[in-house]
Order: sequence, then C-alpha cells, then structure tokens
Amino acid sequence: MVTYILKRLGYIILSLFFIITITFFLMHAAPGGPFASERALTPAIEAQMNEAYGLNDPIHVQYLDYLVSAFTFDFGPSFKYVGQEVSDIIRRGLPYSLVLGLEAMFIALAIGVLLGVIAALKHNRFGDYTAMIIAVLGISVPSFIMAAVLQYIFAIQMQLLPIARFETFAHTILPAVALASTPLAFIARLMRSSMLDVLSTDYIKTAKSKGLGQRVVTYRHGLRNAILPVISYIGPLVASILTGSFVIEKIFGIPGLGNEFVVSVTNRDYTVIMGTTVFFSVLLLVSILLVDLVYGLVDPRIKVAAKGDKG
Amino acid sequence: MAEPQITNKDFQPITVHHSEAEKIAGESASYWKDAWRRFKKNKLAIAGIIVILLLSFMAIFGGTISGQNYYEQDLLNANNPPSSDHWFGTDNLGRDVFARTWYGAQISLFIGLMAAIIDIVIGVIWGAIAGYFGGKTDEIMMRIADILYGLPYLLVVILLLVVLPQKLWTLIIAMTITGWINMARIVRGQVMQLKAQEFIMASKSLGAGNGRVLFKHLIPNTTGQILVTLTLTIPSAIFTESFLSFIGIGVQAPLASWGTMANDGLPALQYYPYQLFFPAIFICLTMLAFNVIGDGMRDALDPKERR
Repeated sequence: MVTYILKRLGYIILSLFFIITITFFLMHAAPGGPFASERALTPAIEAQMNEAYGLNDPIHVQYLDYLVSAFTFDFGPSFKYVGQEVSDIIRRGLPYSLVLGLEAMFIALAIGVLLGVIAALKHNRFGDYTAMIIAVLGISVPSFIMAAVLQYIFAIQMQLLPIARFETFAHTILPAVALASTPLAFIARLMRSSMLDVLSTDYIKTAKSKGLGQRVVTYRHGLRNAILPVISYIGPLVASILTGSFVIEKIFGIPGLGNEFVVSVTNRDYTVIMGTTVFFSVLLLVSILLVDLVYGLVDPRIKVAAKGDKG
Repeated sequence: MAEPQITNKDFQPITVHHSEAEKIAGESASYWKDAWRRFKKNKLAIAGIIVILLLSFMAIFGGTISGQNYYEQDLLNANNPPSSDHWFGTDNLGRDVFARTWYGAQISLFIGLMAAIIDIVIGVIWGAIAGYFGGKTDEIMMRIADILYGLPYLLVVILLLVVLPQKLWTLIIAMTITGWINMARIVRGQVMQLKAQEFIMASKSLGAGNGRVLFKHLIPNTTGQILVTLTLTIPSAIFTESFLSFIGIGVQAPLASWGTMANDGLPALQYYPYQLFFPAIFICLTMLAFNVIGDGMRDALDPKERR
C-alpha cells in the first residue's frame, strides 16, 4: 500500500514536470513579450523591466529557475498587476472556487445518483423516461447557457436569488446548480445503467428470494454495488467542474480561480496562466489519486496495490 | 347462411417438397439493414435527424430569406425586440439577429463537423495501428495518448489558443489536439478484439499485407462504433467551440458563431434577453439532436447494449 502510494506520487511528480515544461515553453513561444501592450515604454525602461523580471537570462536558465520555484509554489509576479504574486492570486481565488466546486460536486453526485436509481427502478416506465429526459437535456444544455437561463428566471424574473457575486449561501445556489448540470446528467446515466446491471444479477435474485424487502434489496445490495462506477467518475467530475468554473465564475462575477484564469488568458498574463495551470494540474492529479485510493477502500474486490503493480 | 361443408378432404396433410423445407421465408437482413430497421423505430432519433436537416438547410439559406444581412449596422435600430422587420430583433449594433443566427450556424456547424471528422480520422488511424501491431508500438502510442488525456481537455485547448494566432483553422487544430484520444481508445479495443478472429487469419494466410488487413478488414468492421462516436463527437465539438467563443478566445470578429453571439448577448440579459436566447436555443437544439441521434445509433448498431 505504501509503495503503491509512493509510486503514484512519483508518477504525479513526473506528470507535473511535463506539464510545467510544456506550459513554460508554450508561453515563451507565444507572440509578443509580456510588456508588448505598454507601448509608451522607452527601450531603456523595457530593458530595465526585462532585467527585473529575469527575462534577459538565457532560456534554459529561466526554465531551471522556474522549475525550482514552481516546486516551492512560487510562480513569480504577475505581469499585468504590478506588485501581485501569482501565488497570492491563487490563494485569494481558491476559497471561492473551492466552496463553489464542492457544492456543485455534492449536487451532481446526490441528484445524479438519485435520478439514476429512480430511472433503474422504474425501468421503461414514466419515472425512467422523465429521469432520462432530464439527463439528455443536462448533457445538451451547456453550463453557460444553463447559467444564463437560471439567472434570467430566478434572479431577474422571480427575484428569488441574487444574480451575481458570492457572499452568502443564497449567492452560491445558482452558480453551483449551473455548474453541476452537465456532470449530474452523466452521473444519472451512468448510475442508471450500472443499477440495471446490478439488479439483474444473481445475488439480487437471491436476496429477493430470501424474502428481503424491496428497500433492503435496493439499498443494501443494489445501490452499494451499483455506485462503484460513479466513484470512478469522480476524477473526470473534478476536471469537468474545474473547466466549467471558467465560464460560471465569469457569468456570476465570482472572484474565483476560474475567473482569474480566464482574465489572465485574455490579458496574456503569462505567469498567472502558467501558475494557475500548474495549480489546476496538481489539484486534478491529487484528486484522481484520492479517488483511486477511496475506490480501493470501498470495493474490497479491487486490490489497490495489485492494480498499481500492473500499470 | 349455409354451413360450410367440411369433408375429409380438408384434413389431408399438405405435402411439402423436401427441398422447400429448409427455405427461409423472410428476407435476409444485412447488418446495416437490421440496424436501420431498429433505428427507424426510435422516434426521437428520427426527429433528431429532421432537426439537423432543417438546421443545415437554414444555415445555408436562412441568412437571405428575411431580407436582412448579418453585418449591416444600424445604430438607430439597435436593441430592437423581434418584429416583422427583424424576426429575432437586433443586437447592440443594430444588426439583424435572425440573419446572424444562421450565419453563426454556418460557423458553428462547420467547426463542429470539421473538428469531429479530424478527431475521428486521427483517432481511427492511431487506435487501429496501436491495436493491430500491439506490443511495444501499442505501449508507446497509448502512453502518449494517456499523457495527453491526463489534462483537462479545455485547459489544453485554451493554453494552445493563447499561443497560436487567432484564426479559424488554429481553433480547429487546437480543438483536435487531444480530441482524438477517445476515438483512438475505442478503435484500439475493437481492433484488438477483431484481429484474433478467423477471418483475419484467413485473409493473412491468403497473403494480405498489414495495410490491406487494417484498411480492408479491421477498420470497416469498426464502422458502427466509428459512426456512433462521430455523432457524439460533433455535439461536444460544438460545445467546445461555443465555450471558447463565450470566454472570448474562440471565433474572433468579424466572424461570428453561436458562442460569440451568446457572449455578446450576456451583458444585455436583463433588458434584451432574446439576444442571448436565440443563439442559446440553437446551440442546445443542435447538441440535443446530435445526442439523440448518437444514442439511437448506438442502440441500433449494438442491440446487446440496449436497455
């Protein structure tokens, strides 16, 4: 188990090394220097600024510097916001994104599983069709359109919930629902087909013929086995919530990480782009590792260590 | 009414010639015919096909039928609600939303289709080669795919778009850079399954080379899977395009897509919601139609999976 975790951590560090390298060289290949937009700069000042930001060093020195500082979570200063460190921007945005992301994940998992179970239990009946129509709609309506529609209905027309910003719990509801809509639909479909598989197995028949009640059969025997694919979906779920936050935070004016990322992309603020990308990657890789470990705990049939030896 | 006369003659055995006994009464159905028969029963999928045909028709001709064009600005008539002159109203520069919607449809559908087709072509070739040759080739090719797959798709695309010049074709390239992996995995799995079967061995023993086996026998046998994946890739490509355009790094002016129109309409949501809702409805409708067609095709082509 310990060797497995160490091995996985090794892979994570290797992947991170790749990601940092690729983003570094991509950003350096980008057209125009970081100060290209400030046309008023005299050559002397520009040279001074390049010197201050270490841009005069040869590229491999810059790369090594960046690599070393990235592992200590120091991504250097922002090019656009004078006097702001990238790590400060991340630290400032993260709490908002974390609350929003966790809430959206909770909604997606809870309602997605519920819909899937209902659909499987009412197979080919009204409940099934309703749940699956909701699921197809959820997949077909992009989150940013869902967000706009929710804003229009609940904030502008009905004035029930605040339209933007992120202060109280009421502020979090609309963005979290919008963010959750697509993964929710995926989870519902996944849950439905896995529950249908499980319900037609022999051990469910055995449980029923033992005389166990419908509720016990469904929840104790059915759900616990059927939920496993959903757990392995949590990795992609984190990725989907993360990229979804780019638009949702923009629409709802939430000062989170996703918003910072999009702003830095439109500003061509290279250090912030690199820093947030690396941070997102760490977040994602670590959560995938956690999911795999949890999966091993939840499903005793899978030996985590044995799986690790194979790959 | 007279009772029908029943005589012993009515109870004679019918003699069937033994050569007729083995004859199959029904018409024999090929794989595709069978799939089409199943597909036809799926009302939703048929409706999806009709919607896509209508949308494509409107994308080609819709821009002209209202008598307005998509680029002419008329600031005196900016932000007009839908009327008999401007069927979908006008935007903040006084441009006709109806004409723009169908112009945007051209761009959105073109990008969606192109990106999906490129994804499929790369994915099929990559997956087929990896699956067919196996061993080290497979190991290396799939490891590369795994590394690319590890990062969130949209994040990679956004990073590429920061670096690439902002043109239509760079957008398509950025979208396909990791989009093909899903297809490659599916085809690889299929090819690995198929290559162990007898007809491949037969073909090889008749002297067919690797290229022939791959392109004449293995890939055609995965057509069903490829078609399903293609139909399901198109809506996700359309989504990606509109997502990128919505955050301002996708399609750039003077071009317009549904995504850029939605982005332009967002600030006006409170007062002129139709500016966002028309492009939004068509994005959703297109994605919905492709999704139900894809689901219908999967059910029709792979009845084992059907529930």
